[in-house]
Amino acid sequence: MNIILFLAPFSVGLGALGLVAFLWTMRVGQYDDPKGDAARVLYDHLDDGPPSDN
Amino acid sequence: MTRALAISRDLEAFVRRDATGTGRLELLVTGARCAACIGKIERAVSDLPGVAGVRLNLTTGKLAVDLKAASVEPDQVVQAVEALGYRASLFDPTEATAAQDREGRELAVALGVAGFGAGNVMMFTVPAWAGLFGQELNASTLTVMYWMAAIVATPCALFAGRPFFRSAWASLRRGKANMDVPISIGVLLTLIVSFSETLLNGRHAYFDAAVTLLFLLLIGRYLDHRLRASARSAAHDLLVLQAPVAMRVHNGVEQGVPVAQVQVGDQLAVAPGQRAPVDGYVDSGVSEIDNALISGETALVAVGPGARIHAGALNLTGRLVMTAAARSEDSTLAAIARLMEAGAQSRSAYVRLADKAAALYVPIVHAAAALTFLVGWAIGLGPREALLRAAAVLIVTCPCALGLAVPAVQIAASARLFRKGVLVKSGAALERLAEVDHVVFDKTGVLTEGLPRLVDAPAHLVALAAPLARASRHPLARAMAREAGVGLVAQACVETAGQGVEGLIDGRRARLGRAAFVGVSPGDERETELWFGFDGDTKIRFVFEDKSRAGAAQAIADLRAQGLEVEVLSGDLPGPVSRIAAELGISAWRAGLTPFEKAEAIDALKARGRKVLMVGDGLNDAAALARAHASMAPGAAVDAAQNAADLVFTGEALDAVPTAIGVARSARGRALQNFTFSALYNLVAAPAAMFGLINPFIAALAMSGSSMVVLLNALRPGWRR
Repeated sequence: MNIILFLAPFSVGLGALGLVAFLWTMRVGQYDDPKGDAARVLYDHLDDGPPSDN
Repeated sequence: MTRALAISRDLEAFVRRDATGTGRLELLVTGARCAACIGKIERAVSDLPGVAGVRLNLTTGKLAVDLKAASVEPDQVVQAVEALGYRASLFDPTEATAAQDREGRELAVALGVAGFGAGNVMMFTVPAWAGLFGQELNASTLTVMYWMAAIVATPCALFAGRPFFRSAWASLRRGKANMDVPISIGVLLTLIVSFSETLLNGRHAYFDAAVTLLFLLLIGRYLDHRLRASARSAAHDLLVLQAPVAMRVHNGVEQGVPVAQVQVGDQLAVAPGQRAPVDGYVDSGVSEIDNALISGETALVAVGPGARIHAGALNLTGRLVMTAAARSEDSTLAAIARLMEAGAQSRSAYVRLADKAAALYVPIVHAAAALTFLVGWAIGLGPREALLRAAAVLIVTCPCALGLAVPAVQIAASARLFRKGVLVKSGAALERLAEVDHVVFDKTGVLTEGLPRLVDAPAHLVALAAPLARASRHPLARAMAREAGVGLVAQACVETAGQGVEGLIDGRRARLGRAAFVGVSPGDERETELWFGFDGDTKIRFVFEDKSRAGAAQAIADLRAQGLEVEVLSGDLPGPVSRIAAELGISAWRAGLTPFEKAEAIDALKARGRKVLMVGDGLNDAAALARAHASMAPGAAVDAAQNAADLVFTGEALDAVPTAIGVARSARGRALQNFTFSALYNLVAAPAAMFGLINPFIAALAMSGSSMVVLLNALRPGWRR
């Protein structure tokens, strides 16, 4: 039974990690220009990763 | 492209600079669609001296340019983009930052949090459910599980519920109850009851229900928001279209100024290919102007000194200098923008299907819950059990089926219309479209192709005049050149702005242009015509007409079959309008209407109780589009008309209109089916909760089950048309 007291917070923590990752992608604007990102990935000189200035 | 004559303009007003002198400039670029476009535009702009950084957002069409110091002229950026063949307009720096989708961002974050909560709370509630059925889970373990569920679910529910709480509070303060009121009360009461039950070591706690309910509802809410997000800023984009720069002539020097700063009496230069920035009178220069966007007129108008020009008129052939007779905000365009705003306001008063359902649902459910509590207490259940049952009523009669009933159907319907080339901008638009009983068409560009075509011209005569036509950039001459195909071009051509073109064909002097230019007395000015003749020879008259769109007659017949009345309101002259109306079998038509008369005609129809669908493409239609019950615009329409319209159809064929109406009606039918299902479900679930037959497991099953049924009904095939 005690194992639950360790595993439960651990798995909630894993879920929270996913949530934080999602919030981070929102914050750095990875959903700001879906069409542009889809196009940029085709050319090396355009593929500059996510923008960092907002 | 059209800037050959443009002198470097002073556009410093459009740059946002910070203290160090570096600045940022934003442009709206239209026409960029692919990765190659991004590469071309970004390279061309970053090659300019003084540009520190450049990034094109392909989704919004915005080009952000960072400037080093004061070394680069904004106009060079515009010219660099336009030299590549894209249209670029400068954004006013005050407008540029305003257009951020804050609501969508908040909904997405809330959805993420609710999804996290709903997923993780299950770890603790699934064992708890097992405990409900006598599995080996003793009472103290059950309580531990509930506490852990509470730790995960409560913060998530409180955070993810904020959009609902806020909207419910705003609605209550106005003395009304929208759908968010029962949602908020349900969630909060569920959390409170669950806490008290857990504290008292009770068997029923509904933490999972609270956060799952919000998750399902947020899906519906986010879908609805995405549908509306494209339809934000009709009036705002109209102002960008208005070409924010006017060329002011002062002591012989041209200087670019924001249109908003133009004063009455200023002298302004309008180069060929540009639009008149404000209303005014021509001082000098001769040209032809295209009023199609302003009035829907297809015939080009010759203008000379003294002629009146409306803001937005396209200058075609010669450079004009005009005196401003109105400021920007008093000009025709701005008046249309105001009419559009008024229309948008009257539309926001429209009560949506879901809110109508909420108006019925809220009092009934709340009365049932209150009754459960009071009666339960009265018959001796005790306040704790009575409150638990009342909360169960609120949970199982959960409005998530209701909250999903409409958005799910509307998303499915818009996806279906999207495959048929029709873009739907809001769910409310589909609901209004389903109620339409009267269709009003604009003529130019909607019922017709919006391009002049030669009519009844013998091929040998066209071939005779074609060499001159090929030498001209005039729209009518181009139509003639298209008809004639590839061939010789006349020698020594001289084009006289607003008159015609003169040149040598096989050594003989010939002219093509207006009647007076060719040497005949002007005849019927109502027809779009071009005259041609060799020096001292007979003159030939060519007549142009705007042909009706392919399949227009069939589309009109389909609309009639759907029980709709069809009418044409056009700004063009009676001749062409009556011809097209007769060709398509439409008996009700009016011609020569100003944009304001069109809007009034729509209002008059509304006053007679008609629900009008307006289909139009020009600036002159924008006000009517915004005021009609529902509106559609073709993909070739001006931005302002596309923004004012609820739906935009991108294909060439007009049958998109009856198709859209058919799908909208089906969607309405399905939304009503979903409501019926929800009502039946509640009719069973509410009494079960009142008699205490519900436990957390059944509540979770019922909630997701009813949502699934509603979703599947939205997704099932079998749409009309």
